[in-house]
Amino acid sequence: MSMKVSTRQVDGITILDMSGRITLGEGSVTLRDAVRDVLAKGTKQILLNLGEITYIDSSGIGELVSAFTTVKNSGGELKLLNLTKKVHDLLQITKLYTVFDVKDDEASAIASFTK
Amino acid sequence: MADSTTSRVSYTLDSSIESVNKIEQTAELCATTAGFDEDTVSNISMAIREAAVNAVLHGNAYDANKTVKASFETTAEALTIKICDQGPGLDPDTIPDPLAPENILRGSGRGIFLIRAFMDEVKFRQLHPGTELTLIKQRPPAQSGT
Repeated sequence: MSMKVSTRQVDGITILDMSGRITLGEGSVTLRDAVRDVLAKGTKQILLNLGEITYIDSSGIGELVSAFTTVKNSGGELKLLNLTKKVHDLLQITKLYTVFDVKDDEASAIASFTK
Repeated sequence: MADSTTSRVSYTLDSSIESVNKIEQTAELCATTAGFDEDTVSNISMAIREAAVNAVLHGNAYDANKTVKASFETTAEALTIKICDQGPGLDPDTIPDPLAPENILRGSGRGIFLIRAFMDEVKFRQLHPGTELTLIKQRPPAQSGT
C-alpha cells in the first residue's frame, strides 16, 4: 500500500524512481520529503519517474503540484517521466497535463533539462 | 423497492486513514461484484476514497469522538454509496473550481471535482451536524440483474 522512492543521478539530474501509491498520508509525505531532501542537497533539476506508481489520489496530485511549484520557485525544474495510463488520465481531466513537462523516454528527458 | 435490492452493507468507522482504506476497498469489491469493467471499478474506488477522505479529514477532522458511516447498496440498476460524517457541514457551492486558472496550481481542492467526474450522480445533504454524500453509478444495461 505504501510508496517507495529510490534516488539516482544521471548527468547532473536527480531521478526519483517511485513505486506504489501516492495517497493522503504516507505516500504524499514520502514524496514531499524526497523532493525536499533533493533540494536541500543543492540539486534543483528533478525527474520524477512515475512508471511504477499504481495509484494516485487528489492528495497525491496536490503533492505533485506542490513539488512542481516548490522546485520552480527555487529556480529549478521538475519533470515527470513514464506516466501510467491512470495517472495520465488524471492529469488530463484536472488540466494539469499541460502544466507539467511530461516525458516518456528517460534519455530525452535528461537531455531536455537546462544545462 | 426492496425486492430490487441485491446486496447492502454498511459500516460505522472511526475517523482515521484506516477507515478511508476500508471504505475504498469495500467500494472496489462492490463495484467488481456489480460487474463494472476494470477502469470503471478503479474510478468508482477513487471517487469513494475521495468522499471518505473528505469525511475523515475535512468533516470530522480526525476527531476520535466522531464516526463515519458508509453504506453500499447494489441494485439491478445502480451501485449507490453513502458516506456520512459528523463535521460542520459542507456547502458544495462554495468549493472553488480546481480547473480555474487561478486555482490550477493549488495543492488541494480536487476531491469533489474527481468525485463528480467519475460518478453519474452526486448528492449532498446537510445532517446538522454533518454531511451525507450520496454517490451513484448506473450499472450498464447488459449487466443489470446479474
